[in-house]
Amino acid sequence: MNLEKVVFAFFIVLALTLNFGFFLGTIDNPVHHSVYELFAAIVVSLIATILKFGDRTHLGAVLLATSLVADLQLITAAVVWAVAEHVTHTGLTPYIMTIIVSLSGGALLANVTSVVLLVAETIAVRR
Amino acid sequence: MHNLVYILLRRIHVPLIVLLCVYAVAILGFVLIPGMDDQGNPWRMGFFHAFYFVSFMGTTIGFGEIPYPFTDAQRLWATLCIYSTVFAWLYGIGAALSLLQDPTYQLILRERAFRRAVRLITEPFYLVCGYGDTGSTLVRALSEEGYRSVVIEIDQGRITSLELEDLAMPVPGLCATAAEPENLVMAGLKRPNCAGVIALTNVDTANLNVAITTKLLCPSLPAIARAESRSVEANMLSFGTDQVFNPFDTFAGRLALALHSPGMFLLYEWMTAVPHEPLREPLFPPHGRWILCGYGRFGKAVHERLIAEGIQVTVIEAMPAATNAPPGTINGSGAEAVTLLEAGIKGAVGIVAGTDNDSNNLSIIMTARELNPGLFMVARQNQHQNNIIFEAARLDLVMKRGTVIANKIFALTTTPLLADFLLAARNNSNAWANLLVSRIGGVSGDEVPQTWALEITPADSPALYAGIAEGKQAHIGDLCRDPRNRDKCLPCIALLIKRGEAEILLPENDEILERGDRILFCGRFGAGQQMEWIAKNHNVFDYLYSGEERASGSVWRWLKREKDHPAHTEGR
Repeated sequence: MNLEKVVFAFFIVLALTLNFGFFLGTIDNPVHHSVYELFAAIVVSLIATILKFGDRTHLGAVLLATSLVADLQLITAAVVWAVAEHVTHTGLTPYIMTIIVSLSGGALLANVTSVVLLVAETIAVRR
Repeated sequence: MHNLVYILLRRIHVPLIVLLCVYAVAILGFVLIPGMDDQGNPWRMGFFHAFYFVSFMGTTIGFGEIPYPFTDAQRLWATLCIYSTVFAWLYGIGAALSLLQDPTYQLILRERAFRRAVRLITEPFYLVCGYGDTGSTLVRALSEEGYRSVVIEIDQGRITSLELEDLAMPVPGLCATAAEPENLVMAGLKRPNCAGVIALTNVDTANLNVAITTKLLCPSLPAIARAESRSVEANMLSFGTDQVFNPFDTFAGRLALALHSPGMFLLYEWMTAVPHEPLREPLFPPHGRWILCGYGRFGKAVHERLIAEGIQVTVIEAMPAATNAPPGTINGSGAEAVTLLEAGIKGAVGIVAGTDNDSNNLSIIMTARELNPGLFMVARQNQHQNNIIFEAARLDLVMKRGTVIANKIFALTTTPLLADFLLAARNNSNAWANLLVSRIGGVSGDEVPQTWALEITPADSPALYAGIAEGKQAHIGDLCRDPRNRDKCLPCIALLIKRGEAEILLPENDEILERGDRILFCGRFGAGQQMEWIAKNHNVFDYLYSGEERASGSVWRWLKREKDHPAHTEGR
């Protein structure tokens, strides 16, 4: 067992699960989507990105790219949230909430790709 | 490029994650800890404000508590966070800085800079392996003449001295072993503008490796190598190394040349000198019995040549059995008067101090001079640091391993035609050489002459080529006219014309030039540039050829034709 692999897989899967948790629920209902979960999803996703730095293989490069996509989507969602709350004072209207959740849905897709690649690599190793 | 970014990213994994975690915990803490607004109502900080506060807290403490003054619980948390974020930042920045100073990282940076410097060279360049005495002399001479070179050297100290050296052209240097093919490729071996590889390290096997690599990877590229033992020399020649120089043989050959034809020796010395060296006085080594101290590689080479010249040699050697010395060898180092007297120093005409120890050589010379002041003295200098004392010893001839072959390689690589000339010159008498040397001495002034080649091709001499193609009969003498005043002559002498396979040695001034000729000239420094002007500039060439200034603009040329035209028809 390789501790590095454990930590690596842990963060990649955790990024997916947190992302999924936030995404789950009626799309325009703010009650179904916790801001803490979004925060946790962003933090874990950033950690996963850093862990993927420096892998010179082709697979490593694709994993890094998917992670960057997830970060971009999640951070955009957070920025939309902050702007709606504090800058325009629109509040979490169903329209705003839909934008935020659908952005996190995009990130979810990227995270799923990450996990699929991870699983594919694990199966290919056969050790 | 890739390498660098990946290494950087991999090394700062941990500091980045630590920083991220500290930030996440701090932000979460501010969001969770209950606060109070300015009216005293309970209020909780949102993620937006928490992120804003933590962002400036970590880097610049002192923006105040926003948006409302903190409660004591928040202040407690803020205090904790200040210390942890400052620590995380220091750790992160420290890790990044230490990475930048890491020796491996520095090495990669240097290699990258070297690769780029090599890539940016667009002119033909020589790859010089080894920057010792020979290498530095050669590189200096090459850059003086406007040739680019790239250096590989195993000793960092010498690479530093290369960087500090004030050379006319930038010379990229890499600290690595030349024996590894990868380093040669990095230094541009496979680049199309690599003009040749010159292996001059002080290890024969490394030179051998360089030569093999060159001949395998780029068979058409000239490879020139230095070899100090006969077996390595034969090995190199066996797989097609273009030129192999043995410093001992080269020097012994020169000494023999000086003995049997001093004029020819002087011609060789002048032709193969590096630019701006002062002219050497002619040397007349006496014929008679010589004493040779030291029978190592150098001693053997000298002994062989002297015997071939029919000169009687008495050898002094400290270890006659180990070196396989000839019978009649006197046992001893030669530094003591007793040994020298035993060798018959009083009746000898010359002495060669050829051991591999500089102090011994000087000691031999000093003792010998005391016993017989009239001796012709030759010494071998092993270390270039000893230049001053060897100069002070006022020797007739000094054998410096470095310069002996650096000069020869320089002359032959920059002017390949010179090899043909020197070969052809060997067939002539000493009297012929004396005459030529006095002619060259007349034109070259106090410095050694410069040699250059001119090819009559559209690329190398467009004006001359076009003129000959039009049917003009240009002579060698026309090329040697001064472009400013055609009645004067440039200080230069045509040494050789190569026309296909035919060679014309020392062509007369009225020799008619043909297309495709390659001509070797020698003359005063700067005369070559004047000649280039003649060969390349149509107006200058026409002036020198006909003595008339040619109309240079199209309008004037047309007017001139109009003027000439009626005269032409009248004549008919």
